[in-house]
This record gives sequence, C-alpha cells and structure tokens, in this order.
Amino acid sequence: MENINLEATPKTPRVTFSFEKGNLELLGRSIPENSVEFYEPLNNWIASYGESPQEITTFDVKLEYFNTSSSKCLLDLFKMLESINEKGTEVRVNWYFEKDDGDIEEAGEDYQAIVALPFTMIEVEEI
Amino acid sequence: MSINSIYELYQSMERNNAIVSFKGLVTADLLNSVLQIMESKLDYSEESTKTRKKVYSVLVECLQNLYHHSEEEIIKIDGQTEHQIKNASILCISNPADYYEIKTGNYITKDKAEELEGKISNINSLGKEELRELYISVLSKGQLSSKGTAGLGLIDIARKSGNKLEYSFMPISDKYSFFCLQVKIKQ
Repeated sequence: MENINLEATPKTPRVTFSFEKGNLELLGRSIPENSVEFYEPLNNWIASYGESPQEITTFDVKLEYFNTSSSKCLLDLFKMLESINEKGTEVRVNWYFEKDDGDIEEAGEDYQAIVALPFTMIEVEEI
Repeated sequence: MSINSIYELYQSMERNNAIVSFKGLVTADLLNSVLQIMESKLDYSEESTKTRKKVYSVLVECLQNLYHHSEEEIIKIDGQTEHQIKNASILCISNPADYYEIKTGNYITKDKAEELEGKISNINSLGKEELRELYISVLSKGQLSSKGTAGLGLIDIARKSGNKLEYSFMPISDKYSFFCLQVKIKQ
C-alpha cells in the first residue's frame, strides 16, 4: 500500500505514515477550522493498514498545538488503532510533549483515560 | 466621529496595552493573519513558553468560535434601521497587567444564547478535575458537527486559562443578542 508523506502547513502537521516500518507520525501543529477534511484520508489509511498490519505498530504523536476540532479526529485515529491492537498485533503510542507544556501532557493523559492502547509519555526540549 | 477621537482611541488602547484589535468579518484568511501576528508578537515579548502557548491555544479556540458561530443574517436593530451584520465580530487581545486578556463579541440568536448561557454557567461551576471529566466525556461521546466543531472549545478555554469565563448577553432585538466573552490568562 501507498505510504502517506505530507509536508507541514501553518495549520496542519507533517504526516509520515509508513506501511513497511509500521510507523505513523504526526509532527507540528493541528489547528484547521474543520479538521475532518484533513483527517479523513489518515483514517482511511489506517483502516486499510489494519487489514495486514505489521507485528508492531508505533504511533508517534508530536504535536505542539492542536485545536478541539482536531482532538476529536485524533481520538478517531486512536479508536482505529485500538481495533488493530485487538487483532493480535501490537500497537504502541508515543506521546511527545515539550518540557513545561502541562497542557499537551494533560491532553495525552486524557487520551490515555479513554483509549485502550499503551501510551509512553515522552518529554522533550522542543518538538 | 471627530478627528480628535483618534487620539482618544489611541489612549484607550494604550491604557489597556492593546496588542491586536479587530472588528469585522472573521474569515479563514483573517484568522491565519491574526494568529501569525500574535505568534510573532508573543515570541518577541513573552518570555515564558508556557504562557505563550496558553495564549496562543486559547486564541485559536476563540477565533474559531467567532469563525463558526457568528450569525450571518440581515438583522433589525432597534426595530428601525436595518444593518447588514455579516459575521460582524469584535476581537481584542491585550496585556493590561500581569495577565493577557482576550475579548470577543458576536451576534447570536436568542435561542442559541439561552443554550450557550447554560453551557457557560455549567463550565463556570466546575473545578479543575470536573472540567477534565466533562472534557473527556464530551470528547468520547460527542460527534463532530458538519462544520467540524466538537463542542469542546469553551471547556478547553476554561481549562487552559485556569479562570472562569466572564460573559454577558446584551439584548439587541427580539431575535438577537450580542454575546461578549472575556478570558484572562495569567502570565
């Protein structure tokens, strides 16, 4: 299947979804007015990926900002990954946050509370 | 408006330490420009990354609320003059003391105002942990509207600012109110 490689824009993150590596990465900021348009293809990609996922899938979320419209779409991505996790392969989430950015850290904890995937919280100097 | 009022306007903006003020149609382009201006101003003047990020995130939600929820109809004011109020919103960002202040105003129908007032007074009655629970519950149960709104904006603003939402609904006509919102973010 085709990988996804999207450059970052002022309102959307860089997206690197690699089928071979089983690695999905969002990097930057996600603040579009309507995030459905942006996230729908990512959701569809995960749906097809889920038909024959790698042994281990990692989802690296490296967002410095995201708006509430994106937060709902992110949850949908997590839910898609959850269903892959139930099929006997492993899905891991790495949640990055900048040092002192309690809001992004808390947002990661919020997802942890509602998503049945193992989260690793990773503090970095700068995203 | 007399020519001298320019100086009065200047003084008032100076007193409040205004950063960006705007009145008019909130388009996607305007939203981008305001965010870009604010980001560079904050980079220059605000030392704390934490505060910079909070102001920026709260501003994103405030602007997107104006963008999505302002009324776009021709409305009658005072029953006499008809004004075309197409997304007529106001936005003021200032740094009057040891806090940033984001003020927004927009027209809203009275039935929506009632619903919104209930929502805000509920948010204001909640503590930090209860707000988190409300956020998680709306996030996990809610659906995005066709506009892509999640019903989370005001909860998120309250959580990030750490302050109560100050608001008022000014009656304009039998059908419309003007919704004023003021958010303070401590430095």
